Amino acid sequence: MTSETVIMRGVTRRYGRQDAVRDLDLTLRAGECVGLVGHNGAGKTTLIKMMLGLVRPSAGSVQVLGEDPAAGAAARARRDLGYLPENVALHPSMTGAETLAFYARLKRQPVAGNAALLERVGIAGAARRRVGTYSKGMRQRLGLAQALLGRPRALLLDEPTSGLDPALRLSFYEIIHDLRRDGAMVLLSSHALAELEGQVDRVVVMNQGRKVADGSIADLRGLAAIQPRIRLRLPRAPRAVANGPDAWAGWTSVSEGVLELSCEESEVASVLRGLPICAQDIEIVRPSLDDLYAAFQKGAA
Amino acid sequence: MRQVIIIAGKELRDGMRNRWVLATTALLAALALTLAFLGAAPTGTVKVSGLAVTIVSLSSLTIFLVPLIALLLSYDAIVGEVDRGTMALLLAYPVARWQVMLGKFAGHLGILAFATVAGYGAAGLALQWAGNEDSGAWAAFALMVASSVLLGGVFIAIGYLVSTLVRDRGTAGGIAIGVWLFFVLLYDMALLGVLVADQGRTVTADVLNLLLLLNPADAYRLLNLTATPNVSGFAGVAGLGASTGLGPGALLGALAAWMVVPLGAAAALFARRQV
Repeated sequence: MTSETVIMRGVTRRYGRQDAVRDLDLTLRAGECVGLVGHNGAGKTTLIKMMLGLVRPSAGSVQVLGEDPAAGAAARARRDLGYLPENVALHPSMTGAETLAFYARLKRQPVAGNAALLERVGIAGAARRRVGTYSKGMRQRLGLAQALLGRPRALLLDEPTSGLDPALRLSFYEIIHDLRRDGAMVLLSSHALAELEGQVDRVVVMNQGRKVADGSIADLRGLAAIQPRIRLRLPRAPRAVANGPDAWAGWTSVSEGVLELSCEESEVASVLRGLPICAQDIEIVRPSLDDLYAAFQKGAA
Repeated sequence: MRQVIIIAGKELRDGMRNRWVLATTALLAALALTLAFLGAAPTGTVKVSGLAVTIVSLSSLTIFLVPLIALLLSYDAIVGEVDRGTMALLLAYPVARWQVMLGKFAGHLGILAFATVAGYGAAGLALQWAGNEDSGAWAAFALMVASSVLLGGVFIAIGYLVSTLVRDRGTAGGIAIGVWLFFVLLYDMALLGVLVADQGRTVTADVLNLLLLLNPADAYRLLNLTATPNVSGFAGVAGLGASTGLGPGALLGALAAWMVVPLGAAAALFARRQV
């Protein structure tokens, strides 16, 4: 068993003249939880569909669990694959239990385990109701249940938490952590980086079909080089400060009496030490994940 | 094979759920019973059995109705699932695309076969029970029912081909109706027009035979109206069966080819389609 679950080399996918994915290299390993981030239309769904063999790359090669997913022989590899599509569509006339039984049979899994799976995603009570009567959250839970069938070695989840309430989102991440502990690779796509904080080991940022960043969130902070800002309030007249001597050189006035300074991470301590005693409400503003994401999107555009 | 059976089973259950099975069976049974009793009423003194009369009228009914039902069942099969997004999920499972298509075909053909056998069978049994039994006509009746299912299979396969070719459900529906109009109504009218205008100069008997085989509905009609002497006698085509030179084997072969070729083409196209 290789540790590389997904290997993509120089993958390009064209739709007419538009490049949905452009010259992309990506390796995903077992036991890794990877976030795939990009705005709508950045190529996330196309990338996932290429891993599933639903879309063939125009150039480059894709290998998933050691097979080319678009080839006929990939059927065996797909038994170890779980997929949750964006806005999962299920057959409305079947009940939850029937839906899961249908997919379990296709994956050659015993149907006996389904009740426990429905229990795990929290819709055991609605198992006998038709999927057409389900709310969006319940459909998403059922979608997750089918993706978990047969303890997959690779899980591809396309915007899995959009439209879920916070409680469900938490239990959702718990399930994913369990799977990762068992050595599965989990790929989560999302259009918001902030949502993935603390949940993923690695983030891949895409913009207009290209990979613009790949690394842990700490790596990304370093790469983006957004400086922390120190913000404080002075009780005295702000005019005096603005015209004052070089003690406040480099500081900018944000509003009445509030000053701000951008500095390197390594300088923070010395700047704080040099502050006069009268400074109040001292804050260190670090870039949020949304700032980080915005910086990558701007940098690549 | 296992995957094919699972998908066929799902289609069958869908058919039960959304009342397709019930509706088509009831429709075919109602029309067949009406034709069996009303259609047989004026034949009291003519020496033709009720069952043979019913075969003639039922096969005319089948030509209109069964292709329509088959196309309605099938035009949405591929494009609809792609549109709704259920196909992407299905194909992420360990199932080949030809298995999806074959499974759907088996399921839809099963629905149609059940409706035809139950609906027409009810009429046959009712005639038997009413005392119009004619053991000789039963073989022709069985052939009629079996070839009706085959005709349904032909149009299900054509419907899949349409469903695989287009990108939009509405277009698929429109083309399906067009296919029905062409094969069931326009083709025969055009053929008749050509025959009258041509006066047998270029359209020889051989060419006509070929033209009849090129329309599955005509192959079906010819098969059932010329199958047995007492049926063809009543249908007024007694001479035709002998003069066409198209035996039941050739006609059944044409129908089977009309089913296999579009289905194979649909499977080949589906294998390359982006989902």
